[in-house]
Amino acid sequence: MKEPKQLSVSAIENGTVIDHIPAKNLFKVIQILGLDHIDTQITFGTNLESKKLGKKAIIKISDKYFEDEDINRIALVAPDAKLNIIKDYEVIEKKIVEVPDTIVGIAKCMNPKCITNFEKVTTRFKVVSKKNVALKCHYCEKITSQENLQIV
Amino acid sequence: MKSKSLVSIDDLNTDEILGILDLAEEFEKKPVQNLLEGKIIATLFFEPSTRTRLSFESAISRLGGKIVGFADSSSSSVSKGETLHDTIRMVSNYSDLIVMRHPIEGSARFASEISSVPVINAGDGANQHPTQTLLDLYSIRKTQGTLDNLNIFMVGDLKYGRTVHSLMMAMSRWNTTFNFISPEELRMPDEFKLYLENLGLKYYEHTDFTDIISKADIIYMTRVQKERFSDPIEYEKVKNIYVLRNSMLSNTKPNMRILHPLPRVNEINPDVDSNPKAYYFEQALNGVFTRQAILCKFLNIK
Repeated sequence: MKEPKQLSVSAIENGTVIDHIPAKNLFKVIQILGLDHIDTQITFGTNLESKKLGKKAIIKISDKYFEDEDINRIALVAPDAKLNIIKDYEVIEKKIVEVPDTIVGIAKCMNPKCITNFEKVTTRFKVVSKKNVALKCHYCEKITSQENLQIV
Repeated sequence: MKSKSLVSIDDLNTDEILGILDLAEEFEKKPVQNLLEGKIIATLFFEPSTRTRLSFESAISRLGGKIVGFADSSSSSVSKGETLHDTIRMVSNYSDLIVMRHPIEGSARFASEISSVPVINAGDGANQHPTQTLLDLYSIRKTQGTLDNLNIFMVGDLKYGRTVHSLMMAMSRWNTTFNFISPEELRMPDEFKLYLENLGLKYYEHTDFTDIISKADIIYMTRVQKERFSDPIEYEKVKNIYVLRNSMLSNTKPNMRILHPLPRVNEINPDVDSNPKAYYFEQALNGVFTRQAILCKFLNIK
């Protein structure tokens, strides 16, 4: 009998594993972290079974470590994400993401009459609620809620 | 002034607000003073607003300042497709302070971040109009002798009315009791009521105000616009409830005054105009003194 072929997506030697990403937001996470522009090996799986999220995605990035400030940028689309920092195949640190107090340049203001939707202005929000994310636009002062959230 | 520009009433702390009102009082006593001699003020009105523009230009002229600018965007380079960013960069080279009215929300905050000189927001779409709020506060303090512990009635369109939202937020600093009188469809939004609840302030909501009008210190009227109603029949039902008539004023307090940001259409019957409790035209005059004070404060002249 022929042995089943296995894909080498298992462990990475050095790098970062981001787990518990809602499957539908995988590509937003990739976009926010700029993973579509890096040179090292990346593997990801999506639509994996998850008790908590229903369907989850996971990303493994070799030879890459993130600053907290950068990784918190994904909090809007993957609030339950967990990070494993890997060195020599060992998990040396675990991290969770935190919704930051201000969001700069990630989300789109839902107010069609806001200046940020007319001119080239970097969006900026104050996070007024972290649980059910609600963002108050620094410019037009209108609230963008989680269900209306769009990533720029 | 803590912040360089005046975009929202929240940019000012309470002492700064009172400082502006005190200075406006000085200008009311002596309106013509040469404090802006040699200063150039740009008045950029990307949408027409005759009242606000004339009020500002009158304030500048009485202080001896020079005015550059435009009264609507068709006579400016905007009609050639120039961005707000570029217009502000250019104009801040030519002037000592910019007064700006713009239909897009958030445009004033954006302009204040680009400009090298102070920007005074004269209205950015449905967002903020802080100089209106300051002249309302001035009118309230002048007619009542205080801002503390007043009972303010806000009548009409409380859902979309930018001026009532700003005034409500500002007055919440002085232990105000609010009565909100509006049709169901145009009630004060929950976020503002929540704001008052968090401060522990009292507010009451009504759909009619003839029974309670005797409690008011200030009645702040706004226009109920037909186009705000999804159902035209609803508008027809309510349109006459929110019209103030002279006959309704007989049991009101002697100190009570009626304010309105103007222009009015039919929400205050002309028979109210001759009642000494009608204050809306004086209120508009107060706008000149208040704007004189704002200009001087943000130019660090007084």
